[in-house]
Amino acid sequence: MNDDRSDEGRIDSAFLRGVTQRRLSRREVLRYAGTGVGAAGLAAFLAACGAKSPSPGGTTSVAVGTPDWWSKQTQAGILNFANWPYYIDTSKGEHPTLETFTKNTGIEVNYRPVINDNAEFFAKIKPFLQQGKDTGWDLMVLTNGPQLSELIANNWLIPLDLSLLPNFTANASPLVKDPAYDPGNKYTVTWQSGFTGMGYAPEAVQALGRAPTSLADLWDPRLKGHVGMMSDNTELGSIGLLKLGIEPSTSTPDDWTKAAAELEKQKPLVRGYYGQPYINQLQDRNTWISQAWSGDIFIANQSGYPELKFLVPKEGVMIWHDNMMIPALAQHPLDAITYMNYAYQPLVAAKLADYIWYVTPVPAAKDIVLNQLQDPTVAKSPLVFPDTAMDQQAHQYYTFKGQEDLTEWNNTFEPIIQS
Amino acid sequence: MEQYVRADHPVLETGKTRLGKRLAPYALTAPGALWLLIFFLIPMGAMLVLALETPVQTTGFVSRGYQFTWHFGQFGEAFRLYHTQLFRSLNYATIVTILTLVVGYPVAYWIAFYGGRRKTTYLFLLLLPFFVSFVIRSLAWQFILSDDGIVIRNLERWHIVPSGFHILSTTTAVIAGITYNALPFMILPLYVSLEKIDRSVVEAAKDLYANKRDVFLKVILPLSVPGIFAGFLLTFVPAVGDYVNAEILGGTGTTMIGNVIQFEFLTNNDYPMASALAFILMVGLLIGILIYGRVLGTRQIEEYV
Repeated sequence: MNDDRSDEGRIDSAFLRGVTQRRLSRREVLRYAGTGVGAAGLAAFLAACGAKSPSPGGTTSVAVGTPDWWSKQTQAGILNFANWPYYIDTSKGEHPTLETFTKNTGIEVNYRPVINDNAEFFAKIKPFLQQGKDTGWDLMVLTNGPQLSELIANNWLIPLDLSLLPNFTANASPLVKDPAYDPGNKYTVTWQSGFTGMGYAPEAVQALGRAPTSLADLWDPRLKGHVGMMSDNTELGSIGLLKLGIEPSTSTPDDWTKAAAELEKQKPLVRGYYGQPYINQLQDRNTWISQAWSGDIFIANQSGYPELKFLVPKEGVMIWHDNMMIPALAQHPLDAITYMNYAYQPLVAAKLADYIWYVTPVPAAKDIVLNQLQDPTVAKSPLVFPDTAMDQQAHQYYTFKGQEDLTEWNNTFEPIIQS
Repeated sequence: MEQYVRADHPVLETGKTRLGKRLAPYALTAPGALWLLIFFLIPMGAMLVLALETPVQTTGFVSRGYQFTWHFGQFGEAFRLYHTQLFRSLNYATIVTILTLVVGYPVAYWIAFYGGRRKTTYLFLLLLPFFVSFVIRSLAWQFILSDDGIVIRNLERWHIVPSGFHILSTTTAVIAGITYNALPFMILPLYVSLEKIDRSVVEAAKDLYANKRDVFLKVILPLSVPGIFAGFLLTFVPAVGDYVNAEILGGTGTTMIGNVIQFEFLTNNDYPMASALAFILMVGLLIGILIYGRVLGTRQIEEYV
């Protein structure tokens, strides 16, 4: 990130933000305000006791989500938007892109950063969906994973009409079009993406006598007690598979068993299995090398930890997508899809990318960040705008086909974490 | 109070206001009983019901909820999968209780006997750190004790600990964290029971030529047993179910039963499994406490707690 020294003289905004605000990444800390978990659990529990009714299905004469249905929707002027913390441009407590959106369309956005964890948020809305009730949200952002698969399988999302999303068709990166977890973008369009690879501190280089290059370095006994892994078993299992050279998206239960054995071998070296706090562990040097999300390392670099490095190991990285979607029986679907389309305008995508620092789904945003927003640090970072080499290294997650599948995966990998 | 307690006394039954007097104790305990019913017995029943349910056969991710099937096998399965974490939690909680007792007793003793006019101040100081949320306090410990933090770095510099030493992510860190958080819950009941001891009893023991050791072992300690019992309950029970310390201060091999229940509930969405685990834990604790109460004799405790 130091190669931008040449155009000094103007302090770039991202850097300023980095030194003036200690940026908490999304998913951080709030996850620990754990009492909320209890409340959510209780709600889900009570609902589960009474939840026996099958999925709601459409009640109108026209099937939900067809072009006919969409043409009958009217704009309500309200949008209830559930997102993750620190996941939208923010300035003095306001969200400029949302304000512009309201100015242009007249739609008031009720923006709430209430999602701290996919499973936890899903546990909160599932009881409503099971009973055929409105969740209260018109638009929400969830990662591709078992929760998304379950939402799709149960008809708990309103199918999108791509003719209402011309900006998506025109501007979206090939990486987010027609993904394996949602063929044809029938239900979702990507909000932001990111890579799961490795992060490391100078101590790891010292201990190894060289810079780490591969996933095998996470298994190196010289780093004993300072290896951090992720407690999300999808992330953990996938990296175990990659280490063995198995493609996660096409892996079989037999492969999973092998990967689990490999991870079990690694366990004596592992300091801990972490959620979002893995980045704090790395910053505090409790871990020297760790499984890591690309954006977090970039954020850490900008906020007082320039020595941390992100590594695309030679075995590859995993790519994930956080997706916008409209839950079933949402009260303001047209407002929601209008926003989805808005977010795919290159200028809007650029403003979002320049704040969020994960991977934007709109490649055209790069030039705008560089020239119009004048933020070369962000524009030139391969962690925010990945180059093609990085794209080619990216592997897709296994898409769960059903509960049996998921249970088998959980039972294979979770014992490693819950030891 | 006395007349209510003796409501079943034959003399009262012939009195004029006998009905009111007979109902009074029940009326007085009704709010408590109702509380227990709504917030303990009914949820516990619901939990038992849910533990005995199985998911309706599904294809793919289509969710059809659960059906009640008397699936008692769930308990065996839960125990088989997670007995390590269950016993580990009991083990941790036992160590924590002993540690808090060893650390807390002298403190409570000193405040009760030598606190003088400042007793309340000392108690307040003791509780002061606990005005901060305990999650924040645990995170602060994580910061203070990190490998590159001020404590470990300096200890390494002075060669008190070997380089590469770490305290976070170990069993010690988890137990120490819970002990720290549980300490006031041990000290306060101990203080109350020690404070209540009639000083003339201590005087009498001394007059009868008991030395300091005997005064303590034969008079003060037995009289403070109710405090120990109450402190045990307030410390041991929450400690078994704690999951925040294991999450924040723990590493590999420190997972407690609370973490497992949280995982089964929120991540795995296996409600019957989570319910079965929670039920096993709760019933296990209840039985344990009942036996413990019998052994220590709870008669006096009612006066203290």
